[in-house]
Amino acid sequence: MSPVSGPNRRVLVAAGPIVVVLLILPWVVEPYQTVLLSYGLVFAIAALGFNLLLGYTGLLSFGHSAYFGVGAYAVAFTVKYLKVGSMELLLLAGILASALVAAVFGLVCVRYTRIFFGILTLALSQVLWSLAFKFFWVTGGTDGLRVPTPTLLGVSIDAGQDKMAFLAHRYYYYVLVLFVAATAVMWVIVHSPFGKALQAIRDNETRAEFVGVQVWHYRWVAFLISGVFTGLAGALWVPLNGLTTPDILVWNFSGEIVFFTVLGGFKTFAGPIVGAVVFNYLKTFAVGYTVYWQMFLGVVLVTLVLALPTGIMGMVARLSQKWSQKWKRTPAP
Amino acid sequence: MEEDARAVSLLKTTQLTKYFGETHAVDHVDFTVTEGEVLALIGSNGAGKTTLINLISGLIPVDSGAIVFQGADITRDSIHEKIARGIARSFQLVNLFDQLTTLDNLALAIFSRDGKTRKLFTLSDADRAVRDEAVAVLQQFGLANKAGMVAGGLSQGERKLLDVAVAYALKPKLLFLDEPTSGVSTREKAPIMDIITSVVRAGKITAVIVEHDMDVVFKYCPRIVAMHQGTILADGTPEEIRNNAQVTANLLGAQAQS
Repeated sequence: MSPVSGPNRRVLVAAGPIVVVLLILPWVVEPYQTVLLSYGLVFAIAALGFNLLLGYTGLLSFGHSAYFGVGAYAVAFTVKYLKVGSMELLLLAGILASALVAAVFGLVCVRYTRIFFGILTLALSQVLWSLAFKFFWVTGGTDGLRVPTPTLLGVSIDAGQDKMAFLAHRYYYYVLVLFVAATAVMWVIVHSPFGKALQAIRDNETRAEFVGVQVWHYRWVAFLISGVFTGLAGALWVPLNGLTTPDILVWNFSGEIVFFTVLGGFKTFAGPIVGAVVFNYLKTFAVGYTVYWQMFLGVVLVTLVLALPTGIMGMVARLSQKWSQKWKRTPAP
Repeated sequence: MEEDARAVSLLKTTQLTKYFGETHAVDHVDFTVTEGEVLALIGSNGAGKTTLINLISGLIPVDSGAIVFQGADITRDSIHEKIARGIARSFQLVNLFDQLTTLDNLALAIFSRDGKTRKLFTLSDADRAVRDEAVAVLQQFGLANKAGMVAGGLSQGERKLLDVAVAYALKPKLLFLDEPTSGVSTREKAPIMDIITSVVRAGKITAVIVEHDMDVVFKYCPRIVAMHQGTILADGTPEEIRNNAQVTANLLGAQAQS
């Protein structure tokens, strides 16, 4: 068996054209659209991390805004207090901070499952939100902290260059490379023996124990990885947004991460990615067209749960299976 | 039962006790398993058979008494430590990873046994040795043609076999099989037991089989331990058990009437 077996090779073949389209996109669409997609890709990295817990380990976190927010605030603090402008160092700060927080929160949360796990993650994220909200002399309170345009691989924004143009080209490609890398790493993790152990825990915790898997230890590692991916997304998000505020730590954003994943379909690898990108467009569209955008998103969520419980990718998989069966049944002329 | 002088005690429980409130589920039980034997644990519902193997395998904690395995006290060991020592089990109600394929159910047990489940950055499909071993075990259990099927889609008989195969793939020294034929049709029982006992004997694994069906027990197990109300009522060959008045009164008689 080759290292890249049949189904894996098919995925690589399918991913190739998508990456090519993403590469040429900034040259064919408006900068605004590219920036919008950058947001979508950043959220997709967070959703990938979140789904390692939900889709692969069977743990529903309602507190992932914590790790996204920690990644974002770590970048903002490093810029403000250490005067660092290198995006690579800022990412390192975001990853280390989110890893530390996820490691500590994980120790508390992973000994519980179901609603107890969900409530604990929610409560801990709210603690961070209240800290960001109340310690305004450090965090800037509701005004948040501004983050100037960083240097990318040691190269700063050209003198006189429009920030929008910078975000729509150089920063977009920066985000794209990290998105592809994060997706590839997550793909390998969920298809590794470790990933299989997580799926075994999701399916049957007792049996997983009885094949020698130390359940809480594996859950903790999954929690840590999940937090790091979400923290990386938060760190990439700040320069795009220009500032970070406590809003990114509040539970509503945790709900949005759950929404991405349910929208795309948490039982497929690509579902959370598709869900994050589509949700970002949906929200932008809804906010621009109606003051009742939250109601609109609520209706979408209810419709989704009732009509498409497996999400967009679940529906795509079902339809493609149906069509391929129909294709096989159709006799050759 | 006559003791074989060369027999080596693999497992020994001393005064093992578990109470659930007023119910004496396992009551000061002294139970010995000798290396290489295949023995049956019989008894009516509530006799304490499953509780006894739950205690030994670590699923529930012991109230009092001791469990010694290969000379080491394992009474307070975790499930993980007991698995590492070579104690594995299957379940009365099938316990599988339903969304994983049949092959992956076995592969996971092998990865875990070999300490490979900590590997994050290698594809599990790329480990040819593990895949080949998983396929070989599936062939032994007659499930090779179901390798790509998700475990949740198997028939009850196949699920029972896979449940045992997953425990077997851990290469245990002592294997507890909790009612391996429960929930399957009478017609399927003999083929399932034929497969299980032949695989266990070929692998030279010591096995303790909890079973209700006396025909199955008498046919496949040279030693039988009968339990009643949390205590051991009798211990002997099928012939000795058949002729034991207490067993006949409490177990076999009841079964004959039912």
